[in-house]
Amino acid sequence: MSDTLKQQNDGLSKIGSDYAEKYGFHDPVDYFHKGAKGLSHEVVEMISRMKKEPDWMREIRHQAYDTFLEKPTPKWGNTALLNEIDFQNIFYFMKPIDASKTSWDDVPEYIKRTFDKLGIPEAEKNFLGGVSAQYESEVVYHSMRDDLKAKGILFLDMDAGLREFPEIVKKYFGSVIPAADNKFSALNTAVWSGGSFIYVPPGVDVTVPLQAYFRINAENMGQFERTLIIADKGSRVHYIEGCTAPVYSTDSLHSAVVELIALEGAYVRYTTIQNWSRNIYNLVTKRAQAHKNATVEWVDGNIGSRLTMKYPCVQLVGEGARGEILSVAFAGIDQHQDAGAKVIHAAPNTSSRITSKSISKDNGRASYRGLVKIHKNATGCKVSVECDALLIGDDARSDTYPTMEIDNDQVSVEHEARVSKVAEEQLFYLQSRGLTEDEGRLLIVNGFMEPFTKELPMEYAVELNRLIELEMEGSIG
Amino acid sequence: MSAKTPLFEIKNVHVVVAGKEVVSGVSLAIYPGEIHAIMGPNGSGKSSLSNALMGHPAYAITEGEAYLNGKSILDMEADERSRAGLFLAFQYPLAIPGVTVANFMRAALKAHRGKDADMSDFRKLFKIEMDSLEIDHNFATRYLNDGFSGGEKKRVEILQMAMLAPKMALLDETDSGLDIDALKTVSAGINRFHSDANGVLLVTHYQRLLNYVKPDHVHVMMSGKLVKSGGPELALKLEDNGYEWIEGPAAEKAGV
Repeated sequence: MSDTLKQQNDGLSKIGSDYAEKYGFHDPVDYFHKGAKGLSHEVVEMISRMKKEPDWMREIRHQAYDTFLEKPTPKWGNTALLNEIDFQNIFYFMKPIDASKTSWDDVPEYIKRTFDKLGIPEAEKNFLGGVSAQYESEVVYHSMRDDLKAKGILFLDMDAGLREFPEIVKKYFGSVIPAADNKFSALNTAVWSGGSFIYVPPGVDVTVPLQAYFRINAENMGQFERTLIIADKGSRVHYIEGCTAPVYSTDSLHSAVVELIALEGAYVRYTTIQNWSRNIYNLVTKRAQAHKNATVEWVDGNIGSRLTMKYPCVQLVGEGARGEILSVAFAGIDQHQDAGAKVIHAAPNTSSRITSKSISKDNGRASYRGLVKIHKNATGCKVSVECDALLIGDDARSDTYPTMEIDNDQVSVEHEARVSKVAEEQLFYLQSRGLTEDEGRLLIVNGFMEPFTKELPMEYAVELNRLIELEMEGSIG
Repeated sequence: MSAKTPLFEIKNVHVVVAGKEVVSGVSLAIYPGEIHAIMGPNGSGKSSLSNALMGHPAYAITEGEAYLNGKSILDMEADERSRAGLFLAFQYPLAIPGVTVANFMRAALKAHRGKDADMSDFRKLFKIEMDSLEIDHNFATRYLNDGFSGGEKKRVEILQMAMLAPKMALLDETDSGLDIDALKTVSAGINRFHSDANGVLLVTHYQRLLNYVKPDHVHVMMSGKLVKSGGPELALKLEDNGYEWIEGPAAEKAGV
């Protein structure tokens, strides 16, 4: 083996082994309830019964399951991988403990250790206003600072949200993403479990971020969290989610549905750092509704998973509403990040900005898939779309699928797309200043990501740069 | 080191770019404290020589030797050459979007020292050097060479040289694209950098830089060869008479 080839192989094996050590471990478990593999009306019924849900929710689930069966698998994106999903070889419901805890001391030691390793209690102490930690199907730990509670802010896991505030859930659940939206939103609606429920009262500013962390532990697991965030008039909230899973040779499925509602003048930012292991299919539907003068921002980082298909959407339904989607995707060996953004301008004088950055390395593939739709009544809209792709190595691939449907001629639309390669000249320049080729390449990649990382809270920016650094080690330039 | 040992020495260097030989047997010895200038018309191979000496992968040294402090550099990657004390100020410095000048500088210093530079020492030194090169402090937080004018890029190259304090600096057409004020500032930067312990090789088309940075030796390069060497007076003669003036056996030998 030549030296270069050996270095490359060492580098590649390093990536996997490091994920395994840092995030890819799994716990031996003794679950409160572990169902059988496979999906049926009986399984749907069992989930709903175990959660002691009201009849209306149970009916929604059953209907959604029928919809799931009727809906075809998408015929776009990575159809080869999508068709590999064996829905009968997945666990749909695993309940690790009897009920969610409000103190880490009450969480079983092995689960607490996992979240310790992931740094969650530490982050909670230092800069978060509230934390929700989901393990398999349910949230095992949940807590929010007392001063935030006193302001009337509701931050619960979704199951608790349904139990304690059924009228709010009934009003908004599925109002932004109907079960029939797509096959995976139907699946989520049928078997959803966990996720976050947030309500911010009018005029309240949640000054510190709220965070949820999602952990899959079991093999062939299906995680279907459901999140609903309602920001009432003039309120502000920043929600952050992170996720990891053990490394297994077989695939697991993560299929979430996230609905955001920003009422008049409200501001919602939703930040995701997705770092699933490379055996996870991450098929997620995220959509927000921004009412008059409201602002919704999706800050969406995708580093992990085998296949991600996710296109955060903002529906601008009230005059003066603003939507921003800033996404970054990193596709390494055997990964496909099919990410993007959707903005629907359904009211006048609304504005949106989409910034998509993708990095493909080795045989990784990153796609930008975007839709901008401007309805007939939406005069005076402003749209800006910017897609930047960076390729590292000759086998890396990047595709762009932008769609614009514009039914109003009094709008301003800007669209820019660029694909660049890490150029030999740039690397030489950095090397001539003493940086090794790997250090130089990493610096170029970090610079490329900078418009994204600068939007993250400092702790997450550091973590994201570190993740990228791991991914870049021993890169095949 | 004895004064008899060259700081930087190249012997019979041949450079091939894209299958074509562009430098054909150049030899040069630069002693500590010396400034040399290589002058030549466009396409004479002088930029190729500096790129090859720094270790650009597209510029292959197919024959010859090159030593820094008596140590061969030809088996080193560009970054190893840099850490060994060689520096190249680029004719066309590249933009690195998203990486600020200050962060880049810190990364480079870390690469040289093997550890992070002390923050307050770094800031102090960085400000002093920026001030002497008349670079606005806001450049520290601008992305490296991204949207910089030609003159700004050249100043930042000299800033990097000042910060990294190499033993041997190759300056490739550092004067090109500079107005007279910028030329003076940049020249002053080179003179401040230069000491009895280091060496400078100026690669330039025009004589005007040499009005401000006084070379000890001037070499004329044509068609990939040094065809004439002399003192500073050689540069003035070239200024007056142009490169056509060089004729005779040397030029014939070079195939001019």
